Parts: sequence; structure tokens; C-alpha cells
Amino acid sequence: MIEELVGLLVVFVLAIFVGFEVITKVPPTLHTPLMSGSNAISGITIIGALIMAGRSDTRIGSILGVIAVAFAMINVVGGFMVTDRMLHMFKRKPEEQR
Amino acid sequence: MTAAISNLAYLLAAVLFIFGLKRLSSPATARSGNMVASLGMLIAIVTTLLFEGILNWPMIIIGIVIGSTIGLTFAKTVTMTAMPQMVALLNGFGGGASAVVASAEYARYINAGGEIPLNFGIAIQLSIVIGWLTFSGSVIAFGKLQELVTGRAVTYPLQKTVNAVLLTGMLLLVVTLVAQPDNVPLFLALSAAALLLGILSVIPIGGADMPVVISLLNSYSGLAASMTGFVINNEGLIISGALVGASGLILTNIMCKAMNRSLANVLFGAFGSTVQEIGAGGDGGEKSYRSLSHEDAATMLAYAKQVVIAPGYGLAVSQAQHAVRELADLLQARGVIVKYAIHPVAGRMPGHMNVLLAEADVPYDQLYDMDQINPEMPRTDVSVTVGANDVVNPAARHDTTSPLYGMPILDVDKAHHAIVMKRSMRPGFAGVDNELFYLPNTSMLFGDAKDSFKKLIEAVKEV
Repeated sequence: MIEELVGLLVVFVLAIFVGFEVITKVPPTLHTPLMSGSNAISGITIIGALIMAGRSDTRIGSILGVIAVAFAMINVVGGFMVTDRMLHMFKRKPEEQR
Repeated sequence: MTAAISNLAYLLAAVLFIFGLKRLSSPATARSGNMVASLGMLIAIVTTLLFEGILNWPMIIIGIVIGSTIGLTFAKTVTMTAMPQMVALLNGFGGGASAVVASAEYARYINAGGEIPLNFGIAIQLSIVIGWLTFSGSVIAFGKLQELVTGRAVTYPLQKTVNAVLLTGMLLLVVTLVAQPDNVPLFLALSAAALLLGILSVIPIGGADMPVVISLLNSYSGLAASMTGFVINNEGLIISGALVGASGLILTNIMCKAMNRSLANVLFGAFGSTVQEIGAGGDGGEKSYRSLSHEDAATMLAYAKQVVIAPGYGLAVSQAQHAVRELADLLQARGVIVKYAIHPVAGRMPGHMNVLLAEADVPYDQLYDMDQINPEMPRTDVSVTVGANDVVNPAARHDTTSPLYGMPILDVDKAHHAIVMKRSMRPGFAGVDNELFYLPNTSMLFGDAKDSFKKLIEAVKEV
């Protein structure tokens, strides 16, 4: 049990370091899209939510599951779409406009 | 076998997230990066639906339809000025989802007799704490940004003591629940305590400190997703959540540095709860300032070689981003070089000003970070500060008694002329009088930013 937990902890810690490496390179001008985009990624909880909602063993479990699916989908759909909307606006040279 | 396939697919999703985030390192590739990340999410969702033994399809479809519709509506209708609220809300839903998943898993264990293996017990309790804390904290942050709740720092007696007691109580609850997982009332008490802590810890934080809070909540929402990974034993969730957690932490750190304050000071300092008397801590007595007409300002701008515009939250409030672009276009047509100086904590979230200006079609290569633009200030003819205050206060450089002392600022005062667009002489968020306003090379241009820009545009056309 605890061995399993430690194994997952290893993955967690290493992933944090990867995150630091990758995200340090994001320029300040993109910090808002970074937040909304990473927010969408944290909607990965959808996996857990779908598993809970998909079980049919307890009523309370599936009700909570549906709520979780809805919350996580708001995160995923809202996050990716709004990030795309923002990034679409970032343009380089004045000549390229209109 | 199916477990192996689905775990590989989750790994692929996590790898796609990393690639997507990597492409955010330049505005040119960022949009495709977001696409790559959303592809990763699609793979993860489809894999779950196919391989995780889903039996209850109607429930799933209801949840997906409701969530997608709300998410889509938010994403399509939110204005760029309201982006901080939107992100706060998304953080909250992320945290809430994690807490609800943990609750559902808890309910399943209780239903099956109440035996919870130690590793899952710990993960469930932590998931509940972080998830609900993120949810209620984000809702309060949303309320503050949307001005449903006062934006000022709300303080009450024994604030720190109350929070400390609450935190200790929660710690005891977690320990007890790990030992005795089947105690449902205690579990509900822990959930309630986490919700309460979220509210109490965001309430005392004032409006201009919001960039730090949103970044921190962003980080929490990632950590909450990671905790869900521990609850359902899924590495894909752990990796993805950790990426977001790291991202939020980096942003939190950048914001704190840009304000020269520690995270503890932001969270517990209740900055901006009081407004200092004008002139307090200084020389006392009346200080004089100069104001100028829009016509004079327009002449100054039209005959300048280089103009630097320093926007702040006031630009967002008055929705002046399009007007400022229009003025910049006119000036550029006359051969004036126009640059924008962006302070890291200008606005209500990291990168807020950049998004606003991008919305108004300002090319991103005209936006300069503080470190890039400050050396150019002495060579700048006119600086225009619009709706920014504390981030341009020269007292931060030399006045050791100022609460702002040590904070890196935009050196707008070093331009030959500094124009400050402002509605009145009221001090900024920190409640500190701004000595920039009284410098001999500073002129105040009073009025709403958008109206002022419109008048300036007319006046520049006349020059």
C-alpha cells in the first residue's frame, strides 16, 4: 500500500520538475493564456469524474459523479476554448493585420 | 491488458500536455500548442469512456452536456477585461471537481463496508482539503473581481488566530480520518472546514493582490487534480496535475517578486485595508501638481520621437484598450515610435494587460516587459501612464518608509515628460500617495481614460 503511494509520489515530484522546466520558458506576454490553458489541463480530473459517474453501484456515487463530470467539463471546454480565443488575438506585425 | 492500453493512452495525453505547454514559449506557436494539449485531453476522455468499464451512460452524457454547454458559453461570451474572473471561476470548478470525485470514491468505500486502504485514505482526505479550499477560495476571488464582494481587504479581529485554529483542527481531522475512515460526520466536518478555510483565506486579500491569489489558486487546482490521481491510482492525472501545480507556483513567485513581497505577506498582510492620509510619512504640507489640457497633451505627443504608454487596471476598468490603440496608430502615422510598458502585476492577473491590448490588435512586439523598457525611459520624450498607480510610484526606489519600498517599478518619471491619466488625485490600491504626481516633469490629465483618449485622438488630428 505505502509502496504504491511512494511510487506515485516519485511520478508526482518528477512531473513537478518537468513543469518548472517547461513553464519557466513561457514569456510574460502569454501568462494569461498559460493560466487558462493550464487550467484546462487540470480538468484532467474528468478521468476520475467519468469513472465515478460511470459506475452504477450507489446512487450517491453516480450523482456525485455527474456533478464532477459537469465541473470538469466546464474546466476543459471553457479553458481550451477561451485560451484559443485569446491566442488567436496575439498578432505580430502591423502589416499582418486586416 | 486493457489497463495497460489505457495507462499508455493516459501517458500519451500527459506527453501531449507537455508538448502543448512547450509551444506556449512563443506567441507564434502558442495557438497550436493549445490545440496539441486539447488533443491530449480528447485522447484521455475517449480512453476513459472505452476502457474503464463505464456502465451508466445516461449519467455521463448528462454531465458532459451540462458541463460543455456552460464551458462553451463562458468561453464565447467572456470579455477580455473579465478574464481574471473567468480564470478564477475555472480554477474553482477544477478544485470542486477533484473534491467531488474524492467524495464519490469515499461514498463507494463506505457503501462497501468502510474499509479504506491507508494510501487511498490519505489521498482522499488531501483531495477533499485542497479541492474544497480551491473551490470556495476561487468563488470568493471571482466575487471580488466581479465586484459582488468588496475588493478591499476585509479584516476582522483575531484573523490569523482563527485561521491557525481552523488549520490545526483540519489537520487533526485528517489524521483521525486516516485512522478511522468510516466516521462520516467527521468526513463532512472536514469538507465544511476546507470550504470555510478557502473563504477566510481569500477574504482578507485586496484587489491589487489578486494576481498572486489567482496564480496560487491555479496551482492548487493542479495539485487537486494530482491528488485525484492518487485517489484513483492514475499516473496520467498525477503528471498533468503536477504540471499545472508547477505552473501556478512559478506565476505566484513571479508576481510576489514583482511586488517585492513574500507570499506570506500577501496572504496574511491585509495590504490595502486602509487608506493612508495623503502626505503621511512625508514632508507634510500642501504639494502642488500641474494639470494640462487634452490639446496641450496632444501637441506634446504629436511632436515626440518616442512615446511609452504604461497601462494599469484603470485601462481595463474604462475599456480604453481600443481607444489607446487608435491614438497609437495616429501617432505612428506621424512617425512617432510608440511602445507599451507592461509591469508584471499591472491589472488583476498575470498577463492581463497583454491580453487586453492584443484584443485591440496591438501587435505583441510593441509590448515591452519592465526590464526591457526601463533602460529606454531616459530616451523617451513622453510617457503616458493610464490607470496605473503603485507600479509607477518612484517612492518605491528610495523612500524606505513607504510600504512600496523595494518594489520594482516602471521608470515613467525618467521620461522627459510624464503624463498621468487619472480620474482624481486619489491614491492607488496600496493607499500610498504617489510622488510621481508632484514631480516637475509630470502633468496630470484628469478624466475617464476612454474619454481622455477620444479627446486626445481628436486633438492629435488637429495638430
